[in-house]
Amino acid sequence: MTQRPGLLQKMFLNVCVILLLIYVFAPLAWLFISSISTRAELLVIPPHWIPEQPTLQNYADILFPGAETSRAAQDFGEALGNSIIVSAAVTLISLVVGALAAYAFARLTFPFRQSGLLAIVGLRMLPAVSVVIPLYVILRDLTLLNTRTALVLLYLSFTLPFVIWVMTSFFLSLPRELEDAARVDGCSRLGALWRVIIPISTPGLVATGVFAFLLAWDEFFFALLFTSTPIAKTVPVAIAEFTGRNAIDFSAQATGGVLAAIPPVVLALIFQRYIVRGLTAGAVKG
Amino acid sequence: MYSSHSSHSGTLSTPAAPNFWQRLRRGLNFETNQTALALLLILPSVILTLALILLPVLNTFVLSFYNSNLARPERQAFIGLQNYIDFFTDNFFWQTIGRTAYFTVVSVGIELVLGIAVALLIAAQPFGWRFLRTAIIIPWAVPTIVNGTIWRWIFNADYGALNGLLFQLGMIERYIPWLTHPAGAMNLVIFADIWHSFPFVVLMISAALTTLPPELYEAAAIDGASAWQRFTRITLPLLRPAIMVVLVIRTVEAFRVFDIIYIMTRGGPVNGTMVISYQSYEETFRYLRLGSGAALSFIVSLFIAVMAYIYVRLLYTEDTIG
Repeated sequence: MTQRPGLLQKMFLNVCVILLLIYVFAPLAWLFISSISTRAELLVIPPHWIPEQPTLQNYADILFPGAETSRAAQDFGEALGNSIIVSAAVTLISLVVGALAAYAFARLTFPFRQSGLLAIVGLRMLPAVSVVIPLYVILRDLTLLNTRTALVLLYLSFTLPFVIWVMTSFFLSLPRELEDAARVDGCSRLGALWRVIIPISTPGLVATGVFAFLLAWDEFFFALLFTSTPIAKTVPVAIAEFTGRNAIDFSAQATGGVLAAIPPVVLALIFQRYIVRGLTAGAVKG
Repeated sequence: MYSSHSSHSGTLSTPAAPNFWQRLRRGLNFETNQTALALLLILPSVILTLALILLPVLNTFVLSFYNSNLARPERQAFIGLQNYIDFFTDNFFWQTIGRTAYFTVVSVGIELVLGIAVALLIAAQPFGWRFLRTAIIIPWAVPTIVNGTIWRWIFNADYGALNGLLFQLGMIERYIPWLTHPAGAMNLVIFADIWHSFPFVVLMISAALTTLPPELYEAAAIDGASAWQRFTRITLPLLRPAIMVVLVIRTVEAFRVFDIIYIMTRGGPVNGTMVISYQSYEETFRYLRLGSGAALSFIVSLFIAVMAYIYVRLLYTEDTIG
């Protein structure tokens, strides 16, 4: 790695970089181009790589619905709102509940500490199919089907173990002396958690929160099964439905795809360093 | 000695033996009784985990021993292992297992090789490596459903970009209906999955690469080791723990693949992409055979439990990364 590469080697590496960038960006570029093309222009053979009449109409329809906006676009706008509300609520709840448990796992001694932590992590890996039937029955009896509340509960089943796992390893990495000093100064255990641990854990909490948000935003299976109307449908379900319709509006579908991808991509780019840390702390993106 | 709450303990006047309330108070004193505090802190998580994962899983397990068909509720009956036996003697089930294994092995295998190669490329710091390192996270962040939508649109038989490109380059004479051939569709779904998932490998391996000691490489270079020797003798062995972690995580994810199959092919054409999670979904929610659907999902869970066990062992026996 420290050896000086020759000219030929250098050129080879540069070609690799260029090919990789094309591989990464070409599909995304085509998605974006499709989203600003008119519906008719997308059906031209061979395709127009650069649209002759670029339009932002699809975006306007979804983001600023008017009286003439199509049903699909209106539904998608609502789905965006649902996704934001559900993902934010899941993130918040799993951070609070999960961080408290993580503190216990990292700092306190109690029976079944180690095995409890491992059980939580192991259960996280089970496929959603294996819990879905009983949960469906329960949520139906609670008349929670097709509600955002149900989705928040369901999503906690995978964000919570994730937060517990990552925050436990984060708390373990903090020096114990900080707390001890606070407690010698007369802080109670909970006082030390609140006044010392939580403030210095902000980066870890933010990173874990971003990750939990990404997990919730990406979720499809539960949303597919537990929502049936725009009241609770999330973005992935709304996008999947575009393909289910008889006449597929590729241009509207591409617009939905771009809008669904923007929040996670922006978050991932801003928090890239934290995300890598979260990943290497033993994370799983489901 | 740390206690700040005991000063206002209410009842006074020299108690001879501690009464119930005092014992309770002492039991709940978080300064002396760590277990009580720990239980309080983990209680919400435990309740949610029990209610949302453990009890449903057990319920599914029980259900898998029943003949439970929503279309014929009057026939519900305990049938022991019959659901499992039915699957294990069913050719279609084994074909599904085969397809799931194919998807898992091929996609994870290519992702690993590609991911390690790209991580090494970034580590060699060629022109533009910082930009590449940042850009590589984008496909990973794109939601799975959007990823499937993109590639489905690209592979579209009539208006797809792939057909358009190949046609304009003169490589095909007429448009090809890409996703209509069973085996071909599976490979194209794998292709789409690789685009979405190889960045995960790159991120993990890159993080591990930064922890490798540079002295080893300097020593090896002095000893005249070739680049390939340095890779196989130093880099790969040192990366082994990280590679194992990535391998297990990606294998678990790939084995339970559902989203991208749903959006791209729905198990078709002619069951060409029918993987086990999708079959379980169809069994349960299309044919409403809850019992056998539960049995299928439990077979998936069992396999994943084995992988999860290996994973947990890895995390605890080897000081993985970072």
